[in-house]
Amino acid sequence: MPDYDVCDLPGIVARWGNDPANLVQILRNVQESCGTIPSDTLDRLARLLDVPRVRIEATASFYSFFHAESHGAYEILFSDNVIDRMAGKAELKQYLCERLWLEPRKLSEDGLVFVDDTADIGLADQAPAMLINGFAVPSLDKSRIDLVAELIRARKPLAEWPPMLFEIPDNIRKAGPLAGEPFTPGSALKAALARGAEATLAEVDASNLRGRGGAGFKTATKWASCRKAEGEAHYVVCNADEGEPGTFKDRVLLNSYADLVFEGMAVCARVIGARQGFLYLRGEYRNLLEKLEGVLARRRAAGLLGKNILGEPGFDFDIEIHLGAGAYICGEESALIESLEGKPGKPRNRPPYPDTCGYRNQPTVVNNVETFACAARIAERGGAGFAALGTPQSAGSKLISVSGDCRRPGIYEVPFGVSVRQILIDCGAEDAHAVQVSGPSGTCISFREFDRRIAFEDLPTAGAFMVFSRSRDMFEVARNFTHFFAHESCGFCTPCRVGTSLLRNTMDKLAAGKGSAYDMNEMKHIMHILRGMAHCGLGHTAANPVVQTMEKFPDAYEKRLKRLDFEPAFDLDGALATARLITGRDDEWAHLADD
Amino acid sequence: MTKTFRLDGREIPFKEGQTIIEAAAAAGVYIPHLCHHPEFKPHGSCKLCTVNIGGRLGAACTNHAAEGMAVESETEALNADRRALTQMLFVEGNHFCPSCEKSGNCQLQAVAYHLGMMTPHFPHFYPARDIDASHPDVLLERNRCILCELCVRASRDADGKNVFGIGGRGIRARLIVNSASGRLAETNMSVTDRAAEVCPTGAIIRKRHGFTVPIGQRLYDHHDIATQLPLPARRGEGRGEG
Ligand SMILES: Cc1cc2nc3c(=O)[nH]c(=O)nc-3n(C[C@H](O)[C@H](O)[C@H](O)COP(=O)(O)O)c2cc1C
Ligand code: SF4
Ligand code: SF4
Ligand code: FES
Repeated sequence: MPDYDVCDLPGIVARWGNDPANLVQILRNVQESCGTIPSDTLDRLARLLDVPRVRIEATASFYSFFHAESHGAYEILFSDNVIDRMAGKAELKQYLCERLWLEPRKLSEDGLVFVDDTADIGLADQAPAMLINGFAVPSLDKSRIDLVAELIRARKPLAEWPPMLFEIPDNIRKAGPLAGEPFTPGSALKAALARGAEATLAEVDASNLRGRGGAGFKTATKWASCRKAEGEAHYVVCNADEGEPGTFKDRVLLNSYADLVFEGMAVCARVIGARQGFLYLRGEYRNLLEKLEGVLARRRAAGLLGKNILGEPGFDFDIEIHLGAGAYICGEESALIESLEGKPGKPRNRPPYPDTCGYRNQPTVVNNVETFACAARIAERGGAGFAALGTPQSAGSKLISVSGDCRRPGIYEVPFGVSVRQILIDCGAEDAHAVQVSGPSGTCISFREFDRRIAFEDLPTAGAFMVFSRSRDMFEVARNFTHFFAHESCGFCTPCRVGTSLLRNTMDKLAAGKGSAYDMNEMKHIMHILRGMAHCGLGHTAANPVVQTMEKFPDAYEKRLKRLDFEPAFDLDGALATARLITGRDDEWAHLADD
Repeated sequence: MTKTFRLDGREIPFKEGQTIIEAAAAAGVYIPHLCHHPEFKPHGSCKLCTVNIGGRLGAACTNHAAEGMAVESETEALNADRRALTQMLFVEGNHFCPSCEKSGNCQLQAVAYHLGMMTPHFPHFYPARDIDASHPDVLLERNRCILCELCVRASRDADGKNVFGIGGRGIRARLIVNSASGRLAETNMSVTDRAAEVCPTGAIIRKRHGFTVPIGQRLYDHHDIATQLPLPARRGEGRGEG
């Protein structure tokens, strides 16, 4: 729980060094201790930080978790990934609302509770799940909802709630070199120091390690370029934003293998010559904050962080944790850096890339959590052993986050090159019909393609593996994803800002039975614009789920088409609804004929 | 030896550090654009200036020219995509050109004509956006804002004021101003600011100048926007005309 006073604004600002670059963290602390960020707080912050109010408002209004209006004493946000929906999220949400006598998205009449949805919170293996005042509660069912409702009615402070509600098991079903084998804190750093920076980089190079965040950029190349780049300071940033729906392996690494991750960051710091590192932790993982601070404190005490690490004169490096605030786009590395600098998370123009011009325009390495964990193993054991696992182009193991229609959802650490079919057998998904590999921005594959392999050369993945059985409606899967992208588009560039909303609206039109073949072509057209003209990866991939499910599961669409030609988006009869409401009429003559 | 690159088959000379759009403009070649302005920091958000750079698509206003690079701009395919972007800008706001003071001087409208846009094509969003008439000399008509951030850049970098910013995210992004009330009157905006004249559309309008020049005699009424080069000479085009 926070260690600062309720709404002690100067205190919060001082705690973050009076530095406007820490604005997102300052706003988080304000939101957490005051429950809201009211308009006059923005003015006071503008004065305290000596920056124009308009910049503070731009940041405060960008992130989903910041709000000016009260959400009461209990803010409940249901994770709204399609996996949560399949596990009964909508029914449970309605059940909770009924039990508490309230409507979603509306503060309860007594000003106590607010219930809404949020994007996937990284618990797809324990769906449905929710956040309460920012803290995750997994594996919801009626009895847990009953308990939550009772606690709220009794107005019990969150700190007094039964801890079992907040327990989140790792669910590691298959372990490997990362999630399984023991690690002695300091062992990788000792080996790296003994070898020297140059030779450590050579080991990372020899390992053929490629980034685990999705794009698969060769890690040694990034580190070497950053090491070479000139600047006043170098920085190491660990990307723990993990916002891709269906992905939760970084959560598990940070929960149980944080030493491996932090040690990988320190090894990187040694190689590139950085003194400061950041862990950018998604806001949804707020529950991990104190634990991770504890690991950092322990490492400082053990001489593994701070000044003269392991007695090496001049090897100074420390890590600060920054929390996100509900913005998937902050996983994109340049948007993440903008967020670290206190700004809205909008991707920068590139080049230059972060390795030469990142945090505070200085050379910065940004890597995924799992990449750093791999780097620690490589520093500890050398690159050759790492490269021996996997395929020539995709070395090592990969943590796969399995969820959906299977008997054993959870983490599977597999060697690269494994087939989709093998993972389906391992997780007990006998009735699998489709798998969404690497989340909505990844690839949807049908049962015809289950022999394809998890590898950069076939199915690259950040880790998500969502299984859908024959009974699932792949149209609804894609529709859920279009809502996700429209919600998460940062709004910077025209094609994505408008295109993702057009896609969402078109899918809703189809869902309402008002679509035609014309709409299908329109969505392909929008995909073409997004792929070619969007500013960043979010826009480039935002139409993939629609276009891929259209190709692979055409029936799911065709059965919804009203006509094969054109159906207007403007619903004349729907527009008359207000008139019907006012006149109190709902008879046959108050409706337009349907065809 | 001056360095050159090829643009639609033509050799274009450039200076080190120049962007593609700058070098093209200096050579008298028009590349459609909206958020670019030669005097302000490149932004790269409207994506209208997207060109094909050696097989890869990129914004001409943020990508630097390089020796020997082959760039395509005036292709039917690129112009069709630019037309779609323009249509997206039209449907996401509320643009009623016949009743707009900026009509004829509006770059959004002019680019739409240039690209042969005949209809908005996409379904309209009809967003509810505010008009702010609080300021004595400047009107803010958010229905016409295309979020190009030229006013943001002009106010910050030229006027040293930070009157404008963009709030919100995604399709809910909106123009905000630097005051607690959210009203322009409570900012230090002045009608002589660069920010008051830089808006490519009719979203920021100087009051009482709307119809000084009658519709039909305005900048783009008789000239295609592509002929209004070179770009630096376009400075101040909004002045006195709306
Ligand atoms: C929209 C978007 C979201 C992303 N989200 C993440 C994320 O949550 N975690 C992550 O590690 N990389 C994410 N990335 C990729 C990062 O931009 C970057 O490539 C990565 O952090 C580099 O680390 P790596 O080389 O170790 O993979 C995202 C990219 C995009 C375009
Ligand atoms: S593609 Fe989408 S998320 Fe990326 S910059 Fe453009 S609007 Fe933002
Ligand atoms: S008001 Fe005008 S200049 Fe400012 S962002 Fe909107 S369109 Fe651009
Ligand atoms: S003019 Fe280049 S992106 Fe707008």
